[in-house]
Amino acid sequence: MTGADALFGVFAALACGGALGVAAFRSVARMAFSLVVCLSAVAGLFFLLNAPMVGATQLIVYVGGTVVLLIFGVMLTDAGVGRRMKIGLLETISMTFIAIGLAAALGWTAVGLGRAIPGAPVLDEEGVEIVAATPDTLRPIGLKFLGLGGESGVGFLLPFEIISVHLLVVLIGAAYLARAKRRVDATPETPPEATRETASDGLGEQA
Amino acid sequence: MLAAPPAADLALPVEPAEAVESVTLAGWLSDGVGLDGFWALAVAAAVHAFVLLNLFGVLPAVFIWVERKWSARLQDRLGPTRVGGRFGWLQALADGLKLIQKEDLVPDAADGLLFRASLYVPAISVLMAFTLLPFNDRWVAVASDCGLFLILAVLSLEVVGVVLGGYTSGSKWSLLGGMREAAQMVSYEIPLALTALVPVIAAGSLSLREIGVFQAGWMFPNWLVFANPFCAAAFLCYFTVAIAECKRAPFDLAEAESELVAGYFTEYASFRWSMFMLAEYASMFVVSLIATLLFLGGWWTGIAPLDAALTGLNDWRPDVGVEGFGVGGYLANVLFAGVVCLKASLLVTVQVWVRWSLPRLRIDQVMATCLKYLTPIACVLLLGATLWPLGLLATLGRPTVFGSTFSASPSPLGGAIVEQDSALPNGDGEAGEALR
Repeated sequence: MTGADALFGVFAALACGGALGVAAFRSVARMAFSLVVCLSAVAGLFFLLNAPMVGATQLIVYVGGTVVLLIFGVMLTDAGVGRRMKIGLLETISMTFIAIGLAAALGWTAVGLGRAIPGAPVLDEEGVEIVAATPDTLRPIGLKFLGLGGESGVGFLLPFEIISVHLLVVLIGAAYLARAKRRVDATPETPPEATRETASDGLGEQA
Repeated sequence: MLAAPPAADLALPVEPAEAVESVTLAGWLSDGVGLDGFWALAVAAAVHAFVLLNLFGVLPAVFIWVERKWSARLQDRLGPTRVGGRFGWLQALADGLKLIQKEDLVPDAADGLLFRASLYVPAISVLMAFTLLPFNDRWVAVASDCGLFLILAVLSLEVVGVVLGGYTSGSKWSLLGGMREAAQMVSYEIPLALTALVPVIAAGSLSLREIGVFQAGWMFPNWLVFANPFCAAAFLCYFTVAIAECKRAPFDLAEAESELVAGYFTEYASFRWSMFMLAEYASMFVVSLIATLLFLGGWWTGIAPLDAALTGLNDWRPDVGVEGFGVGGYLANVLFAGVVCLKASLLVTVQVWVRWSLPRLRIDQVMATCLKYLTPIACVLLLGATLWPLGLLATLGRPTVFGSTFSASPSPLGGAIVEQDSALPNGDGEAGEALR
């Protein structure tokens, strides 16, 4: 067993433990913390697979962004820290079936893939794996992205731009919905301050 | 050597590794002392981790002393004068001892588990950022070719601990502080990343080490802050946003003592409170060091002959009984690391100066500053920095105004691609050989 295998065990255990915690805890704050542990451990697995770009994206988007927004939303709405969620019997049964099905599907896929570590290890003349201090992980991504690296010659620039524009439209739409509205009223005697109202926040829709 | 990918291997040596017939600490332990290969690596890793941890612990103590002393001077007071002699320079240690002795309180209304756990998240995230920082050409714990992106990612974890700590304290002050913190940090991350991208475009690399190497030579025009007008503006923007990222005044709404007692850490006491302080001062140093690496020439002094002389120390290799260990090279590394730490510390003192000079903004003003001013400015700077070299290429025929003193192979965007086959051992002795 190498050091990488041991670290894989640690990160995998943390990820599974965090995922179980999300399901098992009844307090929303603890669920969120378990989610942080789970997602960070998955980022650690990406680092272990020599994909720091994907790992960093996982951290910055999911842990630093989505989970923080989730906690933010809970803080604004929840009654208190100690409040426990109640789950009905029907929900428990149906969710158990869905979880078992999902786990089976993912497990079957993972077993089918085998131990997929990208790239063959580079060995020196004594058969020891050479590990470069600064592996070139970013340039291949950029070249693939522009369609210069692979055989197909088709990059991901156009889909990326379409997604970007789509997200921009969603953001502008959310900001439009969340803006302070000025109601056009037929009765002129109402003071303008009273007619101003703030629509409910668009944060939940974005997240 | 373990067959572990280096990104996950925190054990990559911080010690220097010379370009030719170099020796690392792990190599010396296995060859000279006779330790087993795995144990040599483990011991070397432990030594380097110990050095980095001490840097992480000692720097905040120094900055806390600087802040107390300088804020006192700005307010016409004396500040600490007694502990440790004339200037009160052991004051931070005395504070720490006092805090450790205090009672460890957990409020009844708090969620005990999360209240105890969440304070470690900011400290751990800043410590992770320390492992990604290059202190000179060869001293970096985790060398990655997207180091800047990684640092921004781990720094964004800090907010999770602050928000959860505030939420689970079971106090309205903490809740309000945590909510302000969440809104502020999530918004300020956008201009932070955008302004940090401007020098990246000028240098043509996301690796902090390569950006540092790129700025060798004379201060003007080689430092990236002078590379183009957009970079200079981006430096000011970045520094403003960095102050907000560290929750420092005038953006310290999350801990505004006149409104919220102490904000998100109102309920924390004793050593747990000091962990938040440790993370705050360490993250001030981290963002300042990133600013130094991105804009202010990294570990170079900015005076070309002096840098050449320091680099020339690499050839001074008196025999000290260890095969392959260059005393001169080690000395040069220490001096370069000192230069970069000095520059970053100066930026930290500027942050202290700003805090004690400017009044606090209101929360709506903080959000307006970010969303209405800093983010659009950052977008314009990014666009301008992208178009600048192309415009110069069309008019002057070269990508920079002053020409490039080191333009071995300039990239279309004005950056010189660092030669991969030249000896660039980065943290590990085997690296240079592996690349060759």
